[in-house]
Amino acid sequence: MYAYDEIDRTLVNERVSEFRDQVKRRLSGELTEDEFKILRLQNGVYLQLHAYMFRVAIPYGTLATNQLRALAHVARKYDRGYGHFTTRQNIQFNWIKLAELPDALADLAEVGIHAMQTSGNNMRNVTSDQWAGVAPGEIEDPRIWSELIRQHTTLHPEFSFLPRKFKIAITASDHDRAAIKIHDIGLKLIKNEKGETGFEVLVGGGLGRTPFIGKTIKHFVHGRDILSYIEAILRVYNQYGRRDNIYKARIKILVHELGIEKFSREVEEEWQHIRNSSLQIDDEVIEDIRSRFTYPSYEKLPHNPDELRQAAADPDFEAWRKNSVAPHKVQGYSIVTISLKPIGAPPGDATAEQMDALADLADKYSFGEIRVGHEQNLALPHVAKRDLPALWKALDKLGLATPNVNLITDIIACPGLDYCSLANARSIPIAQELTRRFANHELANLIGRLHINISGCINACGHHHVGHIGILGVEKNGEEVYQITIGGRADEGAALGNLIGPGVKFDEVADVIEDVVEAYLALRERPEELFIDTVKRLGVEPFKERVYATR
Amino acid sequence: MPLVNGGKIADDSFVKLAVDTPLPEGGDILVPAERFLSDADVLLARAGKVGVIWPNNRDIAELVPHLGRIAVVALVFPTFRDGRAYSQARLLRERYNYRGELRATGQILRDQFVFMLRAGFDSFEVKKQADAEAFMQTAKRYSVFYQPTGDGRITALHRRMQLRHSEGVGT
Repeated sequence: MYAYDEIDRTLVNERVSEFRDQVKRRLSGELTEDEFKILRLQNGVYLQLHAYMFRVAIPYGTLATNQLRALAHVARKYDRGYGHFTTRQNIQFNWIKLAELPDALADLAEVGIHAMQTSGNNMRNVTSDQWAGVAPGEIEDPRIWSELIRQHTTLHPEFSFLPRKFKIAITASDHDRAAIKIHDIGLKLIKNEKGETGFEVLVGGGLGRTPFIGKTIKHFVHGRDILSYIEAILRVYNQYGRRDNIYKARIKILVHELGIEKFSREVEEEWQHIRNSSLQIDDEVIEDIRSRFTYPSYEKLPHNPDELRQAAADPDFEAWRKNSVAPHKVQGYSIVTISLKPIGAPPGDATAEQMDALADLADKYSFGEIRVGHEQNLALPHVAKRDLPALWKALDKLGLATPNVNLITDIIACPGLDYCSLANARSIPIAQELTRRFANHELANLIGRLHINISGCINACGHHHVGHIGILGVEKNGEEVYQITIGGRADEGAALGNLIGPGVKFDEVADVIEDVVEAYLALRERPEELFIDTVKRLGVEPFKERVYATR
Repeated sequence: MPLVNGGKIADDSFVKLAVDTPLPEGGDILVPAERFLSDADVLLARAGKVGVIWPNNRDIAELVPHLGRIAVVALVFPTFRDGRAYSQARLLRERYNYRGELRATGQILRDQFVFMLRAGFDSFEVKKQADAEAFMQTAKRYSVFYQPTGDGRITALHRRMQLRHSEGVGT
């Protein structure tokens, strides 16, 4: 856990009082809506279909229990009793009143939470692996660097009015849980031959209307140079990124239009000017940030405690354990993923009661720490294995023990037409129907790992391009039509999915997905061959033939 | 449109010329980049100071050979969401060591003052009178800065190091 010091607290409080003044000026008419729009966006406030939506940052997905309780408090006091976890380690509240926003921000500031730059054309919340610091085989904790970059990108005087939004993600594991290849800048923490920490830097990834997988711009940037290198990328982008067309303004388009070689030469030239400046970070600075992260004092615990062996007799517990519990770097501990995808419910929602109860459980079983992942699930990162049975019982009572992590019902979906003013089609009801179709755990388990991602418009907040199955809702002649892709993925092997055929109507989507899954079950070579691997082996055609033969 | 200079509302001695406005006899003038570059010697030979209005889509390096001879560089924010001139400002101050007046023009609201000060601007053509009057108050809104820029304000990282070392003295 990173603990704010007086300096961080002061800045967040100054930001809250600035925003209070801006809201006051808007309410008095001193600011026009057009002027206010940019200011509110920089504080995470959107105007949606029914009300203002408020997006709060959870930097690199790490939350302390008092912070989760504060989010529950905001849900209860200022909203309708729930919040929605997004694909970028944020939480959204959908029914906020403008006049109350400064108070909500002030309440959050008390526990070191802010909403700065969670929207708008600036550097967004820095995201990372939700298993950072606990994943076996990790090179080092990427959150130290995430926090360094979070600070550097917060209220940056040069880059707060970029051509378009700008997202940075960091991973330190071979298996990429942070989806770095679909970010404007993706950082993979690595060591050079001298054992020094640095980053492989990727640039120009992103989804939306024109999706691209990020390209490597530099194979190794030393840790001490990472801020100047990022600054060089941003300076080139700020000056040359397109501002004439919102759909061509992301850095991915600039990288694509210039080509990665020319773009990297521009960055290199700029970087040579600034790398030996006060942007260079020495070890002491890193150590100072590291010193404000606290790590649990783990006990020496057995690998397979009695409690776990006894509980193994309960098939429901075993189903959950096999699905939701992952190995921890410390013996005797586990990482527990908490599915926010109960059958029939909107993906990623949690009620205030669930958040409070989860905070209590995290205090009891996870050293007071909770994580948020881009799949819209939560995690308890340090659970002693002996506590797993008790934790499971408690989660089950809260409706938080659905054993469907990484299975077909663990769906990523944007809010869609139920909330969003940009959407062309509904997302949540599609997700709900699909979870009902595949509610049977044996069936879902038989299918194995399969990610369905749903977006309600081309902006791709539901990451449909990189779903193993992607569903994109569009509008055609006043009707919702859904385009279906297969073969996408967001991890280290990131790829964009391919269309399997013509779009289908709202009522047909679940049937088509069932047919896709049936085709997979018939086509896979053996039960261990995952959906994504079957698609890779065979391509789209055999799926297309089977699914569309009778349509 | 009020001008804020040196932290307070001030008279603007400069007259803005378009590309084709006849050159006045005397007095301070602000001229568009294009006109300045094509006619620099004539413009500089007359009495009165010369400033240049530099568009935000033209490489600021082109102006560098002339920096020693001009009194003002005016950068442009066509809308306040277009942030290109922040980069130009920092380059002028930090890379090219420009020390003359650096003026922000266009859609300038109080909500940008801190960013602009940090990027090196020291004068502002402010859109609204109320914002100009609120300048000093608004400029002091923040006391914590995470990024080093050429404005010399101490960064959070730096301040922490100082705190660490001063704490270390007694132990």
